[in-house]
Amino acid sequence: MARNVTTGRKTINTLASWSIGLLIFFPILWTILTSFKTEAQAISDPPLFLFFDWTLENYTVVQERSNYMRFLWNSVIIAGGSTILGIIIAVPAAWSMAFVPSKRTKDILLWMLSTKMLPAVGVLYPMYLLFIKMGLLDTRIGLVIVLMLINMPIIVWMLYTYFREIPGEILEASRMDGASLRDEIIYVLTPMALPGIASTLLLNFILAWNEAFWTLNLTAVNAAPLTAFIASYSSPEGLFFAKLSAASTMAIAPILLLGWFSQKQLVRGLTFGAVK
Amino acid sequence: MGQIVLSKVQKKFGDTEVIPPLDLRIEDGEFTVFVGPSGCGKSTLLRLIAGLEDVSSGSIQIDGKEAADLPPSKRGLAMVFQSYALYPHMTVRKNIAFPLRMAKMDKAEIDKRVDGAASVLNLTDYLDRRPGQLSGGQRQRVAIGRAIVREPSAFLFDEPLSNLDAALRMGMRLEISELHKRLDTTMVYVTHDQVEAMTMADKIVVLSAGIIEQVGSPLELYHSPKNVFVAGFIGSPKMNLIGGEVAASHGAHTIGVRPEHIDVSAATDGGQDGKWTGVVGVSEHLGSDSFFHIHETGLGDMITVRAGGEVGFTRGDRINLTPRADMIHKFDEQGNRIA
Amino acid sequence: MATQHSRSAARLMLAPAVVLLLGWMLVPLTMTLYFSFKKYLPLRGDTISGGLDWVGFENYSRFIGSSAFWPSVQATLLIVGSVLVITLVLGVLLALLLDQPMWGQGIVRILVISPFFVMPTVSALVWKNMFMDPVNGILAHLWNFFGAEPVQWLSQASMESIILIVSWQWLPFATLILLTAIQSLDSEQLEASEMDGAPILKRFWFIILPHMSRAMAVVILIQTIFLLSIFAEIFVTTGGAFGTKTLTYLIFQRVLESQNIGLGSAGGVYAIILANIVAIFLMRIVGKNLDK
Repeated sequence: MARNVTTGRKTINTLASWSIGLLIFFPILWTILTSFKTEAQAISDPPLFLFFDWTLENYTVVQERSNYMRFLWNSVIIAGGSTILGIIIAVPAAWSMAFVPSKRTKDILLWMLSTKMLPAVGVLYPMYLLFIKMGLLDTRIGLVIVLMLINMPIIVWMLYTYFREIPGEILEASRMDGASLRDEIIYVLTPMALPGIASTLLLNFILAWNEAFWTLNLTAVNAAPLTAFIASYSSPEGLFFAKLSAASTMAIAPILLLGWFSQKQLVRGLTFGAVK
Repeated sequence: MGQIVLSKVQKKFGDTEVIPPLDLRIEDGEFTVFVGPSGCGKSTLLRLIAGLEDVSSGSIQIDGKEAADLPPSKRGLAMVFQSYALYPHMTVRKNIAFPLRMAKMDKAEIDKRVDGAASVLNLTDYLDRRPGQLSGGQRQRVAIGRAIVREPSAFLFDEPLSNLDAALRMGMRLEISELHKRLDTTMVYVTHDQVEAMTMADKIVVLSAGIIEQVGSPLELYHSPKNVFVAGFIGSPKMNLIGGEVAASHGAHTIGVRPEHIDVSAATDGGQDGKWTGVVGVSEHLGSDSFFHIHETGLGDMITVRAGGEVGFTRGDRINLTPRADMIHKFDEQGNRIA
Repeated sequence: MATQHSRSAARLMLAPAVVLLLGWMLVPLTMTLYFSFKKYLPLRGDTISGGLDWVGFENYSRFIGSSAFWPSVQATLLIVGSVLVITLVLGVLLALLLDQPMWGQGIVRILVISPFFVMPTVSALVWKNMFMDPVNGILAHLWNFFGAEPVQWLSQASMESIILIVSWQWLPFATLILLTAIQSLDSEQLEASEMDGAPILKRFWFIILPHMSRAMAVVILIQTIFLLSIFAEIFVTTGGAFGTKTLTYLIFQRVLESQNIGLGSAGGVYAIILANIVAIFLMRIVGKNLDK
């Protein structure tokens, strides 16, 4: 709705939007600021905004205490692995539903989504047993599989909505041109749907990164990702706001940066095809 | 080689029969046009030949080989789609080369063929552009280029000109005809536009509701339409169809006279020079021709006549109409032509 | 519109995803169902290999008869409902605001979307300690500043606090989807209604809101899926105390803390039933909306 408005109106809009934006962002900003304070400054009343002695000490302490890099690496492997595996399985499925729809396509889609509504806690113990039986407990591969299954419905749905925007005639053209099904998907469909696939990838990477039920309950030490890293800071030990902030910042920074750089892509993906 | 023979080809979607069993021969090198109103099954028929749809029963032979069970890629046909269906992420060169790449042809041969096709189609300067940067006509050419590099046994066109504006459409019509002359390959062309059919075809197949109404050369269809449907569909403006007593006096249920086969003259002081008489309604002056819509003729519907551009009747004029006796088509109750 | 070849290919390509999800759904579910009819207390020496006692529906009646059951269902529905209402209402308002012309819209979008990227454990910890701590939290400082008695957020206003935290996490999602929806509204349609003399409120009610209905359906669907199973936010903040024990959390306690697998499994079955009831409702609404 591009329209000419008066500068006054625009100023008011800007002020209002920025204030609300900053208010929403404030907890994150405050966490980041606090991570650079000393513990005493972190709890000072009135709170200190910018004028304090900036220090990196908290970061060193946190790294020494709990080997941040290992958790980070686990997070990357688990989130990345589950997303990529999920997409590899979901692309063919979404192709089927988008280009060879049957009467049951919509039912299958909704059924897939409904599996996401199964309360994880309802099957926690069986999963626990199965994981022990198969030697998957506290392994990265185990979590990759579980998170892949959890996010599969969303991946399929997102890809389906992106694929449906691609005209079927183009795929038919590739068939006439002698492309096999594999060629059709690799050389024609995937490149055309690349923006959609990218935002599916991103969103599910973020969802997997932040998943905090299975990652907390199926890991102990070896495969524990950043969700577990931060959970270990949930019991206070003396003055700890600054260290908590440093740990929090370390846990969210990678995904926050990724999210900021790709937010345009991501928002389109978030709409799940509801908005054309 | 590109002879296509359909025998007893039938297509059902679920319980609805879109194409009742149908036979058709398309000879090698022939330019065949499927024409009919929208929903008549012409595109479905083309897609059956292409292999993009399965036949429900019947056989399709391409060059004497049974092809009904072959996937599209194995039939040796090339197709140009209505939306052109270019690959938007590839350059023009890659688009044209795609079928050759899929055929695992070697690089040098691919380049040679692509360059050849590009020069034939005046695309040489655009080879590195993407389809999004081309005009409609250029995209159309790329789609054709992609079809010709494979040297298919037949080309299939699915309403290829319907997305172009009128001026461009005329040009492309000529280009496709030229291409056919040069390549001398079978072409099957689907359109709803009878002008395209008349101007391009060696053989026209008129379809309605999945049934072949008539097969013949453009002039055969024009001069001796087999039934009322073909009579009304081929020719522009449409043939006047007249029933009732007038038809009965010719020994027919319906008679048809084309607008260009009715002579007009001014009705002087109510005198009755012609066979019929009527009042001019809307008149369309194209310069070379004039079309008049004539009312109050007592023949039922409005009558359209086509006269020379110099004829200048205006609304409300009363005129006489004289159909040329040898140009009256007669049809029986079933709508079939009476010889 | 397809051939037999592509239809069979399609079935083949759909199979892995369907089979995996079916397995993911059925295998643990069957086990849960099995345990729910058994007495299974690993700490008291019950083992699967040693054979478990069949107890019929005892676990079910005990779980539903426990004083914690109905409050937990209520807590679950209250959290889901409140967060949905808050995020939808604020989301619509915020989306309308952000759609207006302004300077630095890109940056504001980044600010607003940020909470969505924060992992639930972090946001729960940050809110719990740095904001809601009754002594050192920002909110306590703020209350002191105005001369008020600081609130013991997580004990005195536990439910409100959790709803606040969860709403903060999900507001960005709702806002951005609704904003995208508003931006996709054909401006000619709005201009036409302006020409027709529709006042601003009517335009909102009859044009903008209906246009957003699809987006709203998606917001409700996705958020409900995630909200029904919120866990970390409660695990980290109240630990289920002070009336914030959701059904998910209650079952978690039965299974992990009291190690009563049979009872927890019966609870799991109840949770699945509850989720299905909600799901049927949702699918009705959303399925209708997605048909278009």
